[in-house]
Amino acid sequence: MNILKLLDTFNFGDNSPKLDQPASRRESLSFFGDIGAKVALAAIPAVVLAALPKNSFARTMDIPGVLNFALTLEFLEKEYYTRGVASGVIPSADLAIFQQIKKHEVAHVTFLQDAITSVGGTPVAEPMFDFTAGGNFSPFSMYGDFLALAQAFEDTGVRAYKGQAGNLMSSDTVLNAALRIHSVEARHASQVRRLRMSLGQDPNAKGWISGNDRGTLPSPTQPVYDGEENVMQGGVDATTVTTASAASVREAFDEPLDEATVSTIAGLFIM
Amino acid sequence: MEKDLIKQTPEETALINRATSRRNFLGYSGVALASAALFMAGCKKDDEPMVTPPDSNIIDLGSGDVGILNYAYALEQLEAEFYRQVTSNFFSGSTSLERDILNDIYQHEIAHRDFFKAAIGSAAIGTLNINLSSVNFTSRASVLATAKAFEDLGVSAYNGAGQLISNVDYLLVAGKIVSVEARHASAIRDLLNPNSADFAGDDIVDSSGLDASRTPPQVIAIANTYFVTPLSAANLPTS
Repeated sequence: MNILKLLDTFNFGDNSPKLDQPASRRESLSFFGDIGAKVALAAIPAVVLAALPKNSFARTMDIPGVLNFALTLEFLEKEYYTRGVASGVIPSADLAIFQQIKKHEVAHVTFLQDAITSVGGTPVAEPMFDFTAGGNFSPFSMYGDFLALAQAFEDTGVRAYKGQAGNLMSSDTVLNAALRIHSVEARHASQVRRLRMSLGQDPNAKGWISGNDRGTLPSPTQPVYDGEENVMQGGVDATTVTTASAASVREAFDEPLDEATVSTIAGLFIM
Repeated sequence: MEKDLIKQTPEETALINRATSRRNFLGYSGVALASAALFMAGCKKDDEPMVTPPDSNIIDLGSGDVGILNYAYALEQLEAEFYRQVTSNFFSGSTSLERDILNDIYQHEIAHRDFFKAAIGSAAIGTLNINLSSVNFTSRASVLATAKAFEDLGVSAYNGAGQLISNVDYLLVAGKIVSVEARHASAIRDLLNPNSADFAGDDIVDSSGLDASRTPPQVIAIANTYFVTPLSAANLPTS
């Protein structure tokens, strides 16, 4: 793992996560304005707040902090697909897809743990997960639920990595590795979205995100897509400089998501 | 070190082989390009007028962030032209799903191309002459294999270029585009081998779960197969 030897050459000083005050339950509720009743009654668990370094400004997280944030998301995905593949909920025709995704998420966990250690940080422990989100989903007995959450997790993961790229610019090695994970998550997201389309779960789903449309996903997932309708790119309204339609322009650019929003989404599934 | 070596698909190997033979045919080499770059750098340092490089039949992408943006602009021009030809006369037997996917991707590549042209402004390279005569547009296999190679190439190019960008806003835009290219790559790969692991296959994602990454010279060596006037990445940042 030569990349980690390279990572060793960096000195980032104090890398302990800087924890803000836990988000109050009221803030959580207002964030998920239209959340289902059962989910709304569940407070955002304290563990997620300990696991995920929180900062008021997205660009202030240091490299070990970013990597631990990513590690927590990878734990979530790794555990989700591990349980999913073991549960028997996935039809044999689709099993190869999810075995491949699981393999990658397992590898990402290991890679990030090693990377965090190499930059002098301490990898966070794996949280306990509740993929029913308080009894609202049955991903390991209902395939539709499994696919829906898989899409939400993958699209969130893509946005989360993208949102941290600017925090990794001080290390070419780390930035490169993060980008290479980021595009793998995007491949996953595309596959799950098109699988949901082909299985009739969401007839209009494409491999790419159209505006802020969550399709047939349940309303608590709307924060996964809010902001994807953006058309301002590098200070340019990208719809005004092209013959492509505004809808196509929105599809053509994936949008980042800040760490606080990602943590709130992931927090629904962390005990 | 083997871990970081990019595995090549057969399509990519074919592209690289063609790139190499074209380079030999044209009679320029990496050494010649480097010499030209040094020569020009020397001129700039002395504040003398730019001298025409020894081989004027090369388009220099430039330096700094502008050079990287031109690099991306060139690749998006290539993709857009490819899908323009694909969608203007679909291969026989194409399904509505295939046409929908290819039409969508064409529009995305137009959006990317036009964005870069606008963002770079007067420093942009021109509209490139593109030769796709090696693609059989009536053949599903040829079209999809080429699409796969171009999408995977694009993903690896953006992944390798991120660390070369110094402006955080440009880095973010590159990040916004690369994930869409990866979504494309996944879709094309699934058309070729439905419901398999190929959407993120072991040929392109390594054992650490990392996607491919290529340096600009590696990418340009492949892409130059299709540019009538070869591009030079010699002045692009290297770190």
